[in-house]
Amino acid sequence: MSLPVHPIVVPPEDVDDPAPGERPAAPAPGRRPRPRRATSWRERLEIVVFVLPALALMALFIAWPVASAVRMSLYRWRGFGPMDDFVGLRNYERVLTDEVFTQAVVHNLVIVVLSIAIQLPLGVGIALLLNRSMRGRGLVRTLIFVPYVLAEVIAGVIWFQLLIPDTGVVDGLLSGAGVTPPDQGFLGTPGLALWAVFGVLTWKYLGLAILLFLAGLQSVPEEVHEAAQLDGASWWQIQWRIVVPLLGPTIRTWCFLSMIGSLQLFDMVWVLTGGGPANATTTMASYLISQGTQRSNYGIAGAASVVLFVIGVAMAALYQRFVLRRDTQVER
Amino acid sequence: MRMQTRGAALALLCMGMSLTAACGGGDESAGADDNTITWWHNSNNEPGKGYYEKVAADFEKANPGVQVEVTAMAHEDMVDKLAAAFQSGDLPDVYMERGGGELAAHVDAGLTRDLTDDAAAEIEAIGGSVAGWQVDDRTYALPFSLGVVGVWYNTEDFKSAGVEPPTTVAEWEQVNSDLESAGITPLSLGAGDKWPAAHYWYYAAVRTCSQDVLTQAVADLDFSDPCFVEAGEVVEDFIRTEPFNKGFLATPAQEGATSASGLLATGKVASEMQGHWEPGVMQGLTDDGQGLGDKTGWFPFPAVEGGAGDPTAALGGGDAWAVSQDAPDTAVDLVTYLLSEDVQRGFAENDMGLPTLPAATDAVSDPVLADLIKVRDEAPFVQLYFDTAFGESIGGAMNDEIALMFAGEASPQDIVDAMQQAADEQG
Repeated sequence: MSLPVHPIVVPPEDVDDPAPGERPAAPAPGRRPRPRRATSWRERLEIVVFVLPALALMALFIAWPVASAVRMSLYRWRGFGPMDDFVGLRNYERVLTDEVFTQAVVHNLVIVVLSIAIQLPLGVGIALLLNRSMRGRGLVRTLIFVPYVLAEVIAGVIWFQLLIPDTGVVDGLLSGAGVTPPDQGFLGTPGLALWAVFGVLTWKYLGLAILLFLAGLQSVPEEVHEAAQLDGASWWQIQWRIVVPLLGPTIRTWCFLSMIGSLQLFDMVWVLTGGGPANATTTMASYLISQGTQRSNYGIAGAASVVLFVIGVAMAALYQRFVLRRDTQVER
Repeated sequence: MRMQTRGAALALLCMGMSLTAACGGGDESAGADDNTITWWHNSNNEPGKGYYEKVAADFEKANPGVQVEVTAMAHEDMVDKLAAAFQSGDLPDVYMERGGGELAAHVDAGLTRDLTDDAAAEIEAIGGSVAGWQVDDRTYALPFSLGVVGVWYNTEDFKSAGVEPPTTVAEWEQVNSDLESAGITPLSLGAGDKWPAAHYWYYAAVRTCSQDVLTQAVADLDFSDPCFVEAGEVVEDFIRTEPFNKGFLATPAQEGATSASGLLATGKVASEMQGHWEPGVMQGLTDDGQGLGDKTGWFPFPAVEGGAGDPTAALGGGDAWAVSQDAPDTAVDLVTYLLSEDVQRGFAENDMGLPTLPAATDAVSDPVLADLIKVRDEAPFVQLYFDTAFGESIGGAMNDEIALMFAGEASPQDIVDAMQQAADEQG
């Protein structure tokens, strides 16, 4: 969906069409227009043959489902029986005027912004710290990466249990520290639930950010450090003025992954809150699941999925256009 | 080059073939062989699983040449697989229907076989319970278990707080406040799953609306009668007394010891309103497999003062065997056999549910379930869960809005409006 498109560059054929006016009666010796053309066709055929399986799989597993979702979104359909009740754009009208869906879009965007605003500085900071030689560095790195390796549902269930009001570990720790936990628990209070979900997401995905940033830091040449040190730069100055800017491409790529992940957020929300309480944590994906498989409003779910797709593609394209372009240009 | 092309073409061909094979392969289960019946059920634990295997074997013995392919699945798995089967139109021959609007939609799409004439004797024997599985006076499935919802309570907690099961909602609120004073959380509620919260509203509506109004509402999907708003007001007032466990908005219904059923089973709360399956669920949630054991008590949803509904009417639902449209005729024979006195008695003896055949009801061995059957059979009518009765689309909108009311974010009128809107959009 969001992969950069690398156009297949076919080597330009020799211009064997003669310029107008000087039409030779027969091909001049030494030039070989016919065989040349044949080779080119063969090359094309080769490309087609090699690309075809991949294209067929993409058509089957990406294009066809997308097309059928679009088709579904134009009908009122219960999920079985003939799909014959064409309603035009009414499903879109319903989705876009449904407060639950518009709230869901807001929740997705909040997660997108919070992820970048909080996980980015945290991730870069921890990566910089872990990049210094210190005792137990390997252990700390492993510990930080463990949550990311855990299956999302397992992590969700663990946190659900930790966050149970009154008897849960988190409430116990808070009351021990003299803080009164919320009556309905963190996941049961509409004003707190999204924050709680975001907290768990941060715990889960910070490890990936740190790992990526650490990898990015390896490519910062040692000489730069030395040169800066010779010039009398402090540790802070080196990090802030030299290392972080050099980490730019990694950071921009991570932001992109984080953004797409936040837009498609589903599993963690489903396990922790199911989109509740009072729709406080509904995301676009949880909305379309609850409309589709739970309520059999497949037309509405189809329309919601198309809206999610459009938002995702638009944000990915804009990001590619304005943020990632620098990096890809440098590579070329 | 040529070789490569040919290899690729071959690979493509194989891929295409395997795809068509995968797409077309499902048909064998339905209709291809008139002597093989596929049967899906959700009794995937003993003794139910073994009992149904024996039933299938007995049926095969009585009908030489017929084979029954039994598939036992966990309930959620079965629901998912059935949904996929309905989409593809490739259904098992014998499967479970919950009745109401869901069944009506399947009938409307021509997926479910009319059993009115083929199973006339069994329909007659079951009596009024088949009503939930009828569409336009034709019967499409035979209910084999029908239960009612009520309040399950811990008799010891009630004794230590010095309270008796209430008969009116006002008394109920007093009981809860007495329990609270005795340091016991009165009720658990799995509002995270929405339907347990919705059951409060359903039952209140059964108490505030007359049977005629309810029957008419299910038929016309018109909810303009003021008794529906009244039901919401009863529940809203009840919520304001704060009788529920902490965090009930995010509590699941029956998964794990911290679920609503788990809280009752482990003695953390005094009571919970739930369906007839509660004792079985609680047994699965305690280490000793006993649930509340002999501390288990039950009382019906209390009367609403001034409500137009019958205080002895019940809210409930059940499961019925249905035959898919393309199934062989022997599938109907299997279903009628499943509703025979022998099989229903065995079903009851194994405590697999509450049998619908009057001749089998005395075979229920569990005393609490036996009491429940009495309540069910003495009720003037059993109202099918409204979400099932209205169908998934209206049901989902209704349950969502009721859950919002439990979170303090919707009014009684909002619930009725959401239902009416979903009904109107369904057209």
